[in-house]
Amino acid sequence: MRILLVDDSKTMRSIQKSVLAQIGHTEIEEACDGQDALSKVGAFQPELMLVDWNMPNMDGITFVKHIRQTDKTTPIIMVTTESEKTRVIEAIKAGVNNYVVKPFTPDALSQRINETLNKKAA
Amino acid sequence: MDAQYITPFIQSIQNVFTTMLQVPVTINAPTIKTDRTASYDVSGIIGMSGDVVGSVVLSFPKVTAQKLVASFCGMDLPADSPDFADAIGELVNMVSGCAKGMFVDKDVSISCPSVVIGADHSINVRSDTPCISIPCSTDHGDLAIEIAIKESASAENANPKSQAA
Repeated sequence: MRILLVDDSKTMRSIQKSVLAQIGHTEIEEACDGQDALSKVGAFQPELMLVDWNMPNMDGITFVKHIRQTDKTTPIIMVTTESEKTRVIEAIKAGVNNYVVKPFTPDALSQRINETLNKKAA
Repeated sequence: MDAQYITPFIQSIQNVFTTMLQVPVTINAPTIKTDRTASYDVSGIIGMSGDVVGSVVLSFPKVTAQKLVASFCGMDLPADSPDFADAIGELVNMVSGCAKGMFVDKDVSISCPSVVIGADHSINVRSDTPCISIPCSTDHGDLAIEIAIKESASAENANPKSQAA
């Protein structure tokens, strides 16, 4: 499965890559902000996207709104420090399918990924 | 500074370090910091805007920062590598983001992190905002979280009761 990781922190992308590898996902493309991700979506055709909120150039919520103008179905999980209820509601309204708050344990992240993919497959 | 803005940072640093680094943190007595010189060699800095404005700094001795980054990333990184600064930035981002989520009824945004490395560097904070330094101890060494934030004028006007709190 092709998975796009969008986070301005290389450290965080590496941690997420390692969690994804543990649950058998190795076909991964990385982007360092929303603009970079938009430029990679067409060629990579991700089947799942993990997106940070606070990033330079284009933040995650703006990226999600852009994507949802043309793609209503590819699952998106927001992985962010933004834990306020208002932010979660804003993200869901923008088209996010699931939400993971940093800091997270590897188990919590893999559980949300599996949950999101199972819902998509159902 | 109101304790409602200090307690979240204490809970947050313990949560972030335990969850992401598996490093427990002991919190020591906070002090008011008047010196602009950074407490230690490595500073991760985040700005806050919205209902609460100011800055938050995680300050580490270089040796401690390297040990903590090794726990975070699963590998040793030299302090002059971009990946080391990235890891420090992500730590202060998580600590600040997690803390602001605990502010009650406040709409606050955080900036992307900045990282400064070098002995005796200075960090300018708003002159109208006191800075509270919270010393922390870990098995990897000591560090400090320095909080210089206050309610913005618009937030105070919207909720006059908070001025007396």
